[in-house]
Amino acid sequence: MSTPLITPELVAVDLVAADRDQATRALIDLLAAAGRVTDADGFHADVRDREAQMATGMPGGIGLPHARSAHVTVPSLAVGKVPAGVDFGAPDGPATLVFLIAAPASGDADHLKILAALARRLVHPEFRAALNEATDAATVARIITTEVVPA
Amino acid sequence: MKFVAVSSCPTGIAHTYMAAEALEQAGRAAGHEVVVETQGAAGTTPIDPAVIAAADGVIYAADLEVKDKGRFAGKPFVDVGVKKAVHDAPGVLAQAIAAVEAFAASGASAPVVAAPKPVAAGASRAGSVGHKIRQYLMTGVSHMIPFVAAGGLLIALGFALATIAWPTNGAIEVTKVVDGTNGTAFVAWINDGFSLGSLQAWAVLLFWVGKWAFAFLVPALSAYIAYGIADRPGIAPGFVGGFAAVLVGAGFLGGIVTGFLAGFLALWIARWNVPKGVRGIMPVVVIPLLTVMVVGVATALIIGPPMKAVNDGLTSWLNSMSGASAVLLGIILGLMMCFDLGGPLNKVAYVFATTGLANAVASSDPQAKIMAAVMAAGMVPPLAVWLATVVRPKLFTESEREAGKSAWLLGLSFISEGAIPFAAADPLRLIPSFMIGGAVTGGLSMAFGAGVLAPHGGFWVTPLVHQPFLFLLAILIGMLVSAALVIVAKGIGHGSDADLVSQDQLVSI
Repeated sequence: MSTPLITPELVAVDLVAADRDQATRALIDLLAAAGRVTDADGFHADVRDREAQMATGMPGGIGLPHARSAHVTVPSLAVGKVPAGVDFGAPDGPATLVFLIAAPASGDADHLKILAALARRLVHPEFRAALNEATDAATVARIITTEVVPA
Repeated sequence: MKFVAVSSCPTGIAHTYMAAEALEQAGRAAGHEVVVETQGAAGTTPIDPAVIAAADGVIYAADLEVKDKGRFAGKPFVDVGVKKAVHDAPGVLAQAIAAVEAFAASGASAPVVAAPKPVAAGASRAGSVGHKIRQYLMTGVSHMIPFVAAGGLLIALGFALATIAWPTNGAIEVTKVVDGTNGTAFVAWINDGFSLGSLQAWAVLLFWVGKWAFAFLVPALSAYIAYGIADRPGIAPGFVGGFAAVLVGAGFLGGIVTGFLAGFLALWIARWNVPKGVRGIMPVVVIPLLTVMVVGVATALIIGPPMKAVNDGLTSWLNSMSGASAVLLGIILGLMMCFDLGGPLNKVAYVFATTGLANAVASSDPQAKIMAAVMAAGMVPPLAVWLATVVRPKLFTESEREAGKSAWLLGLSFISEGAIPFAAADPLRLIPSFMIGGAVTGGLSMAFGAGVLAPHGGFWVTPLVHQPFLFLLAILIGMLVSAALVIVAKGIGHGSDADLVSQDQLVSI
């Protein structure tokens, strides 16, 4: 695993978005700028397809758009903190913390284990609280990099 | 307790693992052991067979077909879908604990040591074919019951309100105001005819809402029989098949046929070994397309055509009977009314009676007597199951006992469908019991000379009945006979049902 799951460039601490589509797009653009997504529009379409199957909003103010896509080169995570909140279809209201998970379509199992580990961390309230309290991109990236370790 | 669980989601990178983590945590917090197999994109590591063997129960938090589901056969389980496990893992765990306790309390064989040889998926499928079939039927029935209860009670409520709202003949008037199956006419009535302060309008509205719920009765039965057989792939063809069965006039027995057809077809297609590229579109495109097409076409071409012949043949036969003894005719009509409870035979008898009404002017006319016999016999099955569930609750499953509680009101309202859950769950024992009770009532009603000009309403139209007390007496006797037969028949060959009770309870969780 030479490329880290996340870097400070993939964190947007003050994201303003009208809806989940816009929030997702802003994060996709970060991934594209970092060269982790080759075709922003194509990947966006894949994420939309997944979101249409079942909304990814979770209780506790979490939005979790994600997809496996041919346009993704390396398993990646982009994080957006949305102070004003944006609806991701969770039963208890809008999301203030949006995680965009990008998985390559052809990734072998070992490659994807980092994402499995991330998903497992996400259900821990302490992990989410730490990210909610972090105020700058470097801290967010550091928390994730140290906490998310493949089993 | 010890649980094993399976989680999966469409993409296989997020919810699968979140659900697994949430369930493991919830288990740790509550002092239970939960071992989760994540069937996701990062590959699947099967749970050690020894762990499965030692588990008390199974949690399915899977949005995809569970791989090698046979490994878990015979254990109590809950099937909640992945999202529920992510959002409320402690709640899911509590459900699973309740399922295990219900399973143990039902006296079924101890939930542990179900399959010592892990690979032998078939070994735990020890139940006989008859046992399996009942299990599928029960799955359909337990999902159908809410529709029967809600629809039946609303229709009865509509009748009751109508009896108050109209000076006379309320239970007849309420059905004539508007056709609730015709969208255009109904919306026009809501706009122009409905008023919040009108009791009549409310009676009409509740009556039709009840009828709408009834429209799902056979489709739900068919869909969830198929679900019991094939899991989720069975639902779509089951619904369509059940709808088509009603449309062609095949009633709930037709719905049972379409349910089994849809279920086994879906099961078979889901097991096809297809190339990897096609596998992804199997559950969303291929299986629904093929199953719905085959079930729909088969219902139209194979079940449909004989229905017309049955209809025509029986109708002309009944017409030729008109000269025969009135009591014999009453017996035959009673048998027909109670055979399929809204199916083709029931309908022929009912239509025979209602079309005759056009030529009757007084409630003592022969045509009115035929109507009375038909109505009285049609009231018997729900009344009989109500009585049987009250007298011998132990012979029935939990959900049947629940359904029994409202059946008396449905019976009094001449809603024969109230007995369908019972008949569908155990047709061989119940239908003959209903038929004999109906025949007794039909024959007696004719012998007593009871007559009525109303085509529906049951107890609510007794003021209009010629010889009302004898009419009610005929119903009472038929009800007693039928209930006694139900109880006796339920006692015959009643060996392996403890199991089913628990199955039924699991389904209704």
